[in-house]
Amino acid sequence: MKILVAIKRVVDFNVRIRTRPDGSGVELANVKMSMNPFDEVAVEEAVRLRESGAATELVVLSIGPAATQDILRAALAMGADRAIHVRTDQRMEPLGIAKIIKGIAETERPDLILLGKQAIDDDCNQTGQMLAALMDRPQATFASAIKCDAGTATVTREVDGGLETIRISLPAIITTDLRLNQPRYASLPNIIKARKKPLEEVDAGSLGLDLAPRLSVINVTEPAKRSAGRRVGSVDELIDLLRAETKLI
Amino acid sequence: MATLILADYVSGSLAQSTARTVSAAAEIGSEIDILVAGSACEAIAREAARITGVRKILLADDAALDHQLAEPVSELLAGLAADYDVLMASTSSVAKNIMPRVAALLDVMQISEIIAVVSADTFKRPIYAGNAIETVRSSDAKKIITVRTTAFEPAGQDNAAPIEPVAAPRPATASVFLDMQTSKADRPSLTSARVVVSGGRALGSKEEFDRLIGPFADKLGAAIGASRAAVDAGFAPNDYQVGQTGKIVAPELYIACGISGAIQHVAGMKDSHVIVAINSDPDAPIFQIADYGLVADLFVALPELTTKI
Ligand SMILES: Cc1cc2nc3c(=O)[nH]c(=O)nc-3n(C[C@H](O)[C@H](O)[C@H](O)COP(=O)(O)OP(=O)(O)OC[C@H]3O[C@@H](n4cnc5c(N)ncnc54)[C@H](O)[C@@H]3O)c2cc1C
Ligand SMILES: Nc1ncnc2c1ncn2[C@@H]1O[C@H](COP(=O)(O)O)[C@@H](O)[C@H]1O
Repeated sequence: MKILVAIKRVVDFNVRIRTRPDGSGVELANVKMSMNPFDEVAVEEAVRLRESGAATELVVLSIGPAATQDILRAALAMGADRAIHVRTDQRMEPLGIAKIIKGIAETERPDLILLGKQAIDDDCNQTGQMLAALMDRPQATFASAIKCDAGTATVTREVDGGLETIRISLPAIITTDLRLNQPRYASLPNIIKARKKPLEEVDAGSLGLDLAPRLSVINVTEPAKRSAGRRVGSVDELIDLLRAETKLI
Repeated sequence: MATLILADYVSGSLAQSTARTVSAAAEIGSEIDILVAGSACEAIAREAARITGVRKILLADDAALDHQLAEPVSELLAGLAADYDVLMASTSSVAKNIMPRVAALLDVMQISEIIAVVSADTFKRPIYAGNAIETVRSSDAKKIITVRTTAFEPAGQDNAAPIEPVAAPRPATASVFLDMQTSKADRPSLTSARVVVSGGRALGSKEEFDRLIGPFADKLGAAIGASRAAVDAGFAPNDYQVGQTGKIVAPELYIACGISGAIQHVAGMKDSHVIVAINSDPDAPIFQIADYGLVADLFVALPELTTKI
């Protein structure tokens, strides 16, 4: 079984972002960037499937500017075999990303494509589902457990009411939730080895796809701020205040 | 402008988020239909028919739509799309699974989790866990939108819209439902409760979580929430998680117990009307957004609160 994992470079989850004063976007200069946390989980799952013998080849793919190669190297250090960098300096949206992943998947022919459920910058939660539609493949989103055997995957999904388990036939698309696994830290020898692993560059423009954004960003602003209220000194004071001000207790 | 809304329902009854989505749709145009898709879901269609402002209900009641799996429901919606300018749904896990699939079938870029309608093609939505608000204009002829329902009031309940049956497609690509593990629902639902009591890592174990949070929530008639740390540690089931990747809640009263206030948690509860934080660390970030902060050991404060309320 061959696995393709799509990963995105995003502002690190620990960074407190700031919006640019002119409203043109979020300040990205001198900000720490990392692999999207959900995508790290996806890479980890794929590495485990390969370690268990269920998968034989693991390719990682990322779309973005030159610096995107950092996270591809990080995925190679975690255990991926090779990487594909689809290069573009344009602002991309999930629909365009899904078209590119489909384009790459048509040549790579993976049995399983893993994506994160959501990129923590745009918070779209769309790309995997879109890819499944474009490829006319079954999908299992928000996975917290995956079991692959004999051309099928049994996937437990985190849904509003609890945990849903479905079976899909491969080839298929799965998007990962955070509880699927705990991603490993790459060891120093593996980081060094990753430098020698193959990383292929493809120019997004060469794929002949319609990648023009459909949404134009009018502005990006700070949300309404909530300010700190008051400290209360005791449980009794808290109860009195809640009784007086919320009437809910 | 005609809008088709995918009804949101849980355990056999219509979710209030559907009436909230109708309010969002009404800001775009007045012809609003609701699609109820599933198996044995006629009662839900009758509930949906009461929502004020709805023109008609489309009822796709078919065993093939059982459990609202993504492949058949997205095919159904894409097939109905020709008659509509806007397809809309809430941000339930069912809708998040289905709507982007519909969007790609129609070659449309979805607008996720809108919190405001600026005009028929321009919307506001949170990005970066709600730390920035983006205003976007869509150039797609058809709009596919999911709605963060905490940002919209529910529409009224005085209607009797007609119900029309529609046929379900039989897509070749399909997944198979195997099992659903539901946490027992003897409390109000997290996303519609007026009061939410949430517990964090500080509870230390499932036993302590149940012993301290359970009775307190019962006394308040509250739903229970949890931080990701508490869910990851097995103190609470996954569907209790509040935050960027869990549920978005905006109750009248949110009580955070032993939760530090990480941005990813705050993303899911900062629109609550009144926020109370109980934390032993006076510098915990949760106090920066709390209306009432009690610096205390929750193992002392929670039993006292439960007795005195
Ligand atoms: C991509 C991503 C998505 C995420 N999504 C979510 C999400 O949806 N929801 C979410 O909640 N988190 C999410 N997280 C995790 C988040 O970053 C935090 O790790 C998490 O919210 C911490 O949970 P906590 O506050 O319970 O634990 P901690 O941060 O460990 O805080 C525990 C708090 O308890 C206090 N405390 C300790 N003992 C006591 C006591 N005896 N009495 C009173 N107080 C006490 C401490 O002072 C501390 O403030 C996400 C993280 C990532 C990377
Ligand atoms: N530029 C990108 N390159 C590769 N994969 C991406 C990219 N953008 C999004 N993805 C994948 O799609 C998932 C969901 O992203 P989104 O739909 O934007 O929330 C991410 O977790 C990634 O797995």
